[in-house]
Amino acid sequence: MRIALIGRPNCGKSTLFNQVAGYKAETGNFHGTTVTYTESKVRVLGEVVDLVDLPGTYVLGGSNPAEKVSHDYLGDHPVDVIINVIDATFLAQSLELTLELLRLDKPVLLAMNMMDEVARLGIKLDGPALEKELGVRIVPVVASKGRGIKALFLEAKRAAEQGILQPRFDDFQDDPYSRHKAALQLSQRFAVQGQRTLSWRDRLDDIFLHPAYGYVALAGVLLLFFQAVYGVGQLIEPPLLALFDSLITNLNTYIDTGNLLGVLLNGVLQGVMAGFAIVLPYLFPFLLGLGFLEDVGYLPRIAFLMDSLMHRIGLHGKAIVPFILGYGCNVPAIMSTRTLEDSRERFIAAALSTLVPCAARLVVVFGLVAFYLGPLYAFGLYLLNLFIIALTGRILTRLLPENTPGMILEMPPYRIPTLRAVANKAWFRIREFIVEAWPTLIFGSAALGLLVFFDIAKYFNWMVRPITWLLDLPAEVGVPLIFGVLRKELSLIMLGQALGNNDYSAVLSNAQLFTFTVFVVFFVPCVATLVMLKRELGSRQMVWVTLITIIIAMGAGLAARIFGLLL
Amino acid sequence: MTQNLDQLNLNQWAVISQFKGGDKVHQRMTQHGIYPGDKVRITRAAPLDGPFLVEVSGREIIIGRSLAHKILVEAE
Repeated sequence: MRIALIGRPNCGKSTLFNQVAGYKAETGNFHGTTVTYTESKVRVLGEVVDLVDLPGTYVLGGSNPAEKVSHDYLGDHPVDVIINVIDATFLAQSLELTLELLRLDKPVLLAMNMMDEVARLGIKLDGPALEKELGVRIVPVVASKGRGIKALFLEAKRAAEQGILQPRFDDFQDDPYSRHKAALQLSQRFAVQGQRTLSWRDRLDDIFLHPAYGYVALAGVLLLFFQAVYGVGQLIEPPLLALFDSLITNLNTYIDTGNLLGVLLNGVLQGVMAGFAIVLPYLFPFLLGLGFLEDVGYLPRIAFLMDSLMHRIGLHGKAIVPFILGYGCNVPAIMSTRTLEDSRERFIAAALSTLVPCAARLVVVFGLVAFYLGPLYAFGLYLLNLFIIALTGRILTRLLPENTPGMILEMPPYRIPTLRAVANKAWFRIREFIVEAWPTLIFGSAALGLLVFFDIAKYFNWMVRPITWLLDLPAEVGVPLIFGVLRKELSLIMLGQALGNNDYSAVLSNAQLFTFTVFVVFFVPCVATLVMLKRELGSRQMVWVTLITIIIAMGAGLAARIFGLLL
Repeated sequence: MTQNLDQLNLNQWAVISQFKGGDKVHQRMTQHGIYPGDKVRITRAAPLDGPFLVEVSGREIIIGRSLAHKILVEAE
């Protein structure tokens, strides 16, 4: 049996999905978190069913690629029952899609979500009467808290087995405008807006969207976030590093690093250590913080504040979402450009997103610049990064004629994130690092050991010598730079091995550390990002983005070298 | 009196009469559940020609200035 979840953007489909399937779909309090469908086999009352989470859509025939996914999926896959997830606080708008679904020849039932919010807003909903009028079952749920889920799937199973039993609501013409009117009338008949009490949540936007205080708050939020990541990382990294260093020194008395096996073993150990001591201390607080900002609903507020600025770099505020996701990882950032309507805009947003320093590059920035030069330099590097992104955007806008249709984006209400959702999301993303990136780190670290052992590293170093020479870096950093394309963390982790000293400040000057980091931040995105660029934009545009990043990295690197003379 | 949405005063209620700018604009609006006949008002405006925050049937929607200019309204 196959059950599909469908509904408007940000109505909680993925949250509902995760309640049943475990954390498999990304969630967040903004529109378009889900841009492709996620399928999972789940056990419902002793039976295994396929559950699919579709991207949010206002109408079945949507215009952006993410919305089209839902439409195509229903056409191509045998779906036994459709669960239409409804944000009960916006009944009228949610019902428009419902009416469209009623005309499909498939069993449908409604999951009336956010019933706790309905109570808070003082809305009186006559579920049984609406159920009778529509001719489909309605189950009240609170997806975020897991309430009503069991009843929902019990009903879904029953609906799938029984098929369509009774005539459905049919008092509307089959066009968007008629559905809009009919949905509005239905909501007026069955939902009564009670006395609404203004809460702190309504007042919050008086500050966060204020023409002046809003920006102060934004700067404060970002600075606090940055400080928190740095603070937690600083607390954990040095003791872990010391522990592993002594461990490796101890082991080295037993391992003969003069033979092949010893070299390999040493490389593996370095890779394992790097993951634990260098990457995780920063990655963990960062992902927790990002998850919190996403779930509380702050990202669309940033879009509102930053829209006019984004226009200056050829985009509109909606494109801020790929940017912010990009600070976590460029791969989902590029995927999320699917929510943009215009193909030119998708290209610019994707190209600029690859310049956003992802968590892997954050590790390099914190591990080198913040650690040796101090957090202020790291913050400065982030500002430089923003400046270069803006500049690149300006240039791309000049080259590609503009046809931006203007922004339209729904502003979600603030929601208090559940600890579980935020923790699960962080764990979901950390698991990706452990499963996909860490093995690459270990492999890369061992491979470097081999390169040095067989003395082939120098050929790699020669290959990029023109670059390293221009940037006044030792030739040995060539290999870490090249391997950085596999995983950005490798540029940091292999540096110690390549230079033969884990205290980088002993082998590189502060200016060189800074230049190296700047170059790594802008240089060709990692392989995973390239693959995603190819998938979303095609090979040609992928090559373009790669070229752009090389040019920018050289320019920024040279600027950093000149700046380094002042250090 | 017919005017463009971006010419409304803050918190002044109006009814959408039509969308200018062809099918594309019409489609984008209706895909977000906004239709002629809906009551709207501007609740906030971002500085430096930034977008408006527009209230439509209880929802808040960010609409860029250029798009807002293409929405014709009848002020109440």
